[in-house]
Amino acid sequence: MAEKDYIISLQGVTKSFGNNTVVDDFNLDIAKGEFVTFLGPSGCGKTTTLRMIAGFETPTSGQILLNGEDITRIPPHKRPINTVFQRYALFPHLDVYDNVAFGLKLKKIPYEKVNKKGETVTKYRHFTRQEIDEKVMRALKIIDLEDLENRDISTLSGGQQQRVAIARAIVNEPEILLLDEPLGALDLKMRKEMQLELKDMHKKIGITFIYVTHDQEEALTMSDTIVVMKDGVIQQVGNPIDIYNEPVNAFVANFIGESNIYNATMVGKLKVKFLNRVFDCIDDFPLNEKVDVVVRPEDVEMTPVKGEGDDSRLKGKIVTKIFKGIHYEYVLMVGKSEIVAQSTKDYAQDSFVYIDVEPENIQIMKRSSTENVYPEAYLDKNNKLIISDAEFDVDITQLLKGSHVDDALYLIGPDGKKYDLDDADVIASIDFNDVQIVDGHDNGNVNGTVVETIYKGDHYAVLVRTAEEEDYILATDDTWNEGDLVSVIVDPSKIRLVLKGDLSKYEVE
Amino acid sequence: MVKKIIGRCYIYLILILMYLPVLVLIAFSFTEATNVGEWTGFSFNLFPRLFQSEEIMTALANTVIIAITSALAATILGTLGAIGAFYSKKRAREAIDLATQIPVVNAEIVVAFSLTVMFVFIGNIINVYMFSFWTLLVGHICLSIPFVYTSVKPKLQQMDPSLYEAALDLGASPSKALGKVIIPEIMPGVFSGFLLSITLSLDDFIVTAFTRGSGLLSGEKKIETLSTLIQAKIKKGPIPPEMRALTTILFVVVILAVIGVSIYKNRQDKKEKTRRAF
Repeated sequence: MAEKDYIISLQGVTKSFGNNTVVDDFNLDIAKGEFVTFLGPSGCGKTTTLRMIAGFETPTSGQILLNGEDITRIPPHKRPINTVFQRYALFPHLDVYDNVAFGLKLKKIPYEKVNKKGETVTKYRHFTRQEIDEKVMRALKIIDLEDLENRDISTLSGGQQQRVAIARAIVNEPEILLLDEPLGALDLKMRKEMQLELKDMHKKIGITFIYVTHDQEEALTMSDTIVVMKDGVIQQVGNPIDIYNEPVNAFVANFIGESNIYNATMVGKLKVKFLNRVFDCIDDFPLNEKVDVVVRPEDVEMTPVKGEGDDSRLKGKIVTKIFKGIHYEYVLMVGKSEIVAQSTKDYAQDSFVYIDVEPENIQIMKRSSTENVYPEAYLDKNNKLIISDAEFDVDITQLLKGSHVDDALYLIGPDGKKYDLDDADVIASIDFNDVQIVDGHDNGNVNGTVVETIYKGDHYAVLVRTAEEEDYILATDDTWNEGDLVSVIVDPSKIRLVLKGDLSKYEVE
Repeated sequence: MVKKIIGRCYIYLILILMYLPVLVLIAFSFTEATNVGEWTGFSFNLFPRLFQSEEIMTALANTVIIAITSALAATILGTLGAIGAFYSKKRAREAIDLATQIPVVNAEIVVAFSLTVMFVFIGNIINVYMFSFWTLLVGHICLSIPFVYTSVKPKLQQMDPSLYEAALDLGASPSKALGKVIIPEIMPGVFSGFLLSITLSLDDFIVTAFTRGSGLLSGEKKIETLSTLIQAKIKKGPIPPEMRALTTILFVVVILAVIGVSIYKNRQDKKEKTRRAF
């Protein structure tokens, strides 16, 4: 599609505050009339992106195009874009009417006039009082607050303030309406109602909505398109059904809806092995590739085991059973792995059931990494491996077969050649299983904070981030919470090194 | 019951302490005695005498002019300063906060004396005698700015910080956003800062005495304000009896102003809004 078909395009938009990159190379095109939601955990850069579209922040690099025109550096008051703020930001010194009329009173509209010389010139005028009156009343009608126009803001309930904030924005007939977690301050029931109303309003007035939320259910309910973000990077863009059914990675699967996520291996054409079983699947991945699979709880089919049972089928024991209103939620144990299942049928606690999953309900995702890789690592003069601010006693003889290290810390090859590896750039890689996590700082090689945990049926994949923004992914049986301050211990003998460039350039006489 | 009576008595005691001196003064403004505390019969004469006393009238006019001009200037500067500081980075804001706190707790004599030294110093450099209405005005503005800043600051802190962005978002230029949203929002603070400045200036003696020169209605002579005039009079003899009439008038004016403001507020609340076109 040509650029013109999109109302707004973000091209390579990046925003950094000092050394901290909040939004990283954000590329997105939004069609006119679309309802787009930026979804992600707090701190993922979604609000910053919205603020750049509104004009409150200027991107560090990249461009924002509105109808094909560059608006990256245009101040907010000159953009045909209006915002509904998180805490509404209504003007307390004005009543409902004057809040809604605020933008209209400032607006200048062009009109054509023939001057004395007979030329047609474009002049600007303000709206008349009557025009403002009509527009305000129409906006108040849309949000169902027609009789409250003289009320002070402080006398309105949260839901009513919310509506006024929406009216104040849409009355200006913006090309794009930005909504920054607008329902966050409302109670659950009110929130559900407003979700439907917003969706209705979007249909009725037909302008483009860009909505920011961390609530996955809200995003699924309302959006045409969901943009899932993490650490300032777009993870997946798609419609709610695709995002739910075909998450591209474990983060998206874990963030949206409930899910069972397992480590799996492709064992044949359209055959994947997890839970010690081979399942048919419909996603084609190369043979032997390590992948993640997702099975939604509602897609786990259960049939009671009668009598001795059939050992060739996958069996699980119901260890937990919770009544959730319209369905039961079960936790099944298969060997050491857990499966969460939902069903409207009632099965007895501690009974055994057969477990089946339809091939199309097994979503296979490329695993972003199967080991920790540090391409920016180097060796120091004591032959220690430096990864950001952490150092490890590694075995450097792995770089050259049959070599050893002499007393002066030179690497001596089997042919007697001497190498000085001070400051040598290397790529270090560590298996997830060779990394351990312990509580508290200064108890291991590196200090960090838990930023993500994903349950993989029988263990957790935990992502620990250090102050230097270095990530360590590890597998553990224990539960860790996001935000925990931890130390990471790495078995240095298990660190694999690959030298960047040729060994010969480090040779010394 | 006893508790109630004690409670009442307590309130009345405080009220009496607050208002009795003023009431006594008002009573004595209706007698002509030169010495305070003597009653020589009821008379309105002090009032016409007050208005005939050119000395007092000049001082009064000077005082009012200085109070209003210095309060206006201090309010504008202090308010803009507070807004600027509020939207500055944390470091800068804290530094400005501290810098404005010091003059508030500082002894006035230090402010006054340092101003004098500075004016003399500058005067020596440019070879001009500095002291005039303008030095006096600068002195009073310096005195009031920290108080305006301190009364505006809490209003800014109470304000939703995204109001400014909301105004920009709705099409207001930065200066319009300031005038139409921020200033109205902090107006109560600005107004009380203004009143505080007027009060500070009205009865200021030390800074006035140190920074005044000739000018205003005093002409070639040194500017005389009410406080400097009274001080000059006390040095020579009893306080002029007309002063009692003047304080009575001041007190009545203040009471009328307070009553007026509350009546105006009540009416505003009841006023019907008419603008619906259909």
